[in-house]
Amino acid sequence: MSEETPSIQLPDPAKLVVSNSPHMRDKPTINKIMFTVVAAMAPALIAAVLFFGLAALEVLALCTVSCVLAEEGWNKLMKRPSTWKDGSAILSGLLLGMNLNAGAPWWICVLGGFLAMILGKQLYGGLGYNPFNPVLVARVGLLIGFPGIMTTWDKPELGAMAIDGVTAATPLGLAPGETFVQDMLLGNVGGCLGETSALALLVGGAVLIACKLIKWEVPLAFIGTVFVITGIAHVMHPEVYHSPFVHVLSGGLLLGAFFMATDMVTSPMTHKGAWIFGFGCGLITSLIRLWGSYPEGVSFAILFMNALVPLIDRSTIRKPFGYTAPAKGEA
Amino acid sequence: MSDKPRKFKGGVHPNDSKALSSRKAIKEAPLFDSYKVIMHQNIGAPPELVVKKGDTVKKGGLLAKAGGFMSVPLHAPTSGTIKAIDKVPGPTGISVPCIEITSDGEDEWGSPFEPISDWQTADPAELKQRIWDAGIVGMGGAGFPVHVKLSPPEGKTIDTLIINGAECEPYLTADHRLMLEQAEEVVLGVAILVRILGLKTGVIGVENNKPDAIEALNKVAGKYNITVQSLPVNYPQGAERQLIYSITGREVPVGKLPMDVNCVVQNVATAAAVTEAVLKGQPSIERVTTVTGKPLVDPGNWKLRIGTPISKTIELAGGITEQPAKLLLGGPMMGIAQSSLDVTVMKNTSGVLLIAQDEVSQYTSEPCIRCGRCVDCCPMQILPATISQAVENKRFDWAEKLNVMACIECGSCSYSCPSHRPLNQQFKRAKVEIRAGLRKKG
Repeated sequence: MSEETPSIQLPDPAKLVVSNSPHMRDKPTINKIMFTVVAAMAPALIAAVLFFGLAALEVLALCTVSCVLAEEGWNKLMKRPSTWKDGSAILSGLLLGMNLNAGAPWWICVLGGFLAMILGKQLYGGLGYNPFNPVLVARVGLLIGFPGIMTTWDKPELGAMAIDGVTAATPLGLAPGETFVQDMLLGNVGGCLGETSALALLVGGAVLIACKLIKWEVPLAFIGTVFVITGIAHVMHPEVYHSPFVHVLSGGLLLGAFFMATDMVTSPMTHKGAWIFGFGCGLITSLIRLWGSYPEGVSFAILFMNALVPLIDRSTIRKPFGYTAPAKGEA
Repeated sequence: MSDKPRKFKGGVHPNDSKALSSRKAIKEAPLFDSYKVIMHQNIGAPPELVVKKGDTVKKGGLLAKAGGFMSVPLHAPTSGTIKAIDKVPGPTGISVPCIEITSDGEDEWGSPFEPISDWQTADPAELKQRIWDAGIVGMGGAGFPVHVKLSPPEGKTIDTLIINGAECEPYLTADHRLMLEQAEEVVLGVAILVRILGLKTGVIGVENNKPDAIEALNKVAGKYNITVQSLPVNYPQGAERQLIYSITGREVPVGKLPMDVNCVVQNVATAAAVTEAVLKGQPSIERVTTVTGKPLVDPGNWKLRIGTPISKTIELAGGITEQPAKLLLGGPMMGIAQSSLDVTVMKNTSGVLLIAQDEVSQYTSEPCIRCGRCVDCCPMQILPATISQAVENKRFDWAEKLNVMACIECGSCSYSCPSHRPLNQQFKRAKVEIRAGLRKKG
């Protein structure tokens, strides 16, 4: 017979929580994911500061602060709980800074922050509901509104603490033959903060893929498609079109392929969908770069493919494990 | 060992926490004052009561007889008198009928049947009848009557018997200890099942985080022409469909049963119960259960009789050092949270698990950020995030088109979700709604 020992304590049933299974959760949270992406961006951020000095730091800080303020202001206005701690606004701010010129005036940064957070994200319902990449909404908005400012690029100078006002064309704006792949790898070329150092972007991209935070299919299909299409054009008319290496290493392609197109909220969820999405981005980028009136097409390409994500998702619904096609004659 | 097992797509790797109890040998629980045996312990029809209040019963005596083919009889866990035919909280929170037995302390044996010692020559039909008479159900969790699985309907043939020793649920070690300490009983049970099905061999699948159990089984497996297959650790490796795929490469069609791909899957605990029923003539009245969790003083594995209140099992484990946040029957991935200590051990209770306060956080569910982690880990390869959207919009017709019915409720999606969305819960709801035919047009 069992004997009650007074020292044996039993749980108090009134304090037991009842909930549905599973009763364990994996560690990652939205917050952790966002800050891992920020960490993966660190090499590119450091490269930007190295090449553009304090001006880069100023742009990045302004963009981040304005994104956070815009999001929090909207939350206050809409009486929603504060969300900036989830890290998505901070990430958007840094990405926006990476998309701007080091010499961008302060109000461009602030306006960009508001465009990204309000027009690009909160109007749709906030994190998770926006169909378009908020940062690209801001970038394209600014590009259309202020084409002069948005297409002037300061000349980078390694180790300089400030920009000296000398501007440089983005490699895509130069004639073929004037560009140097080595400069582009390191980042010694004109362009926005995030377009400079290809090497730093590749390191960041590798980190993201290793942490399984992005689908590797997107950058591979994106960059591969651009490489193949511009390669064909280059082989046919080398005097008109840049070599595919220039296309891949220049402009916002690497930044776009690793950090912008792969945005979880606005890219497809399945791996099959990721292939289609990456291919579409690459195709449109190549078309704009080769025959469009803008030298750069990454932003437009990603935004356009963002719009197609629901369709891609719908057409790539996979068959469950053990799926058998219904026999003919069965309803 | 046979050829390399196949890897099923998806799955997660939760921290298994098995070390709390995996080195604790199975202990026999003492005799308690009273047992509350829940009447309906099997999937299918409830059994029919054959005793009434005030009757005296012997240990192993019949309490209720099978209420049809899809039903199994129920036996007394000890000798004593029927104190009441009452209701207790069931594992799902709803009160269920139970038979309360006051123990007379004698524990006097009175089995309704004799051992069958010559099982190798006995009629397979007799062996199958014995399994039914002993009231054996799937002890891995489902509680499916074993004799039904052993009786394939006309036109279906069985060519493979798979015994599930994967024990992929974190924390649980009952099957592990059973395979290690009673390897011969398990293997013998498999051999009996092989004979009933008219096969030549059977396969025991064990996750390779239990090398000692695999070794113990291999020592005796050859004698009975049984093979042991080591499996990669990947939750839910022990899910029927995933296990069949790993071992045979066959995919059970959605909405169909293992027998549709000529397989029968049984749990190792069930195999051991078959041995006891056939060779010792003992009905299914006890099982090995893991009582574990951080808040317990002395977690371990016990041989418990059916009808043992959960409060007694916690006493066996020395009581608690801190108030737990949750009390679960089963493992942390699929177990059912309890709100009462009066729930009693059933034939399919593989674990009693206490979860500490600091192990559960009260999450608020955040918006889906479409990261696709649930899509990657779904072992049934459906699209949890998309289905979740459908369920939130009460588009159960859409959820059905997205194959929510294929969901095995393993919980991998909810486990992996960084937004802590209640995916598994939504799918359970969708399945209920779809089954009830309540579809709202969007």
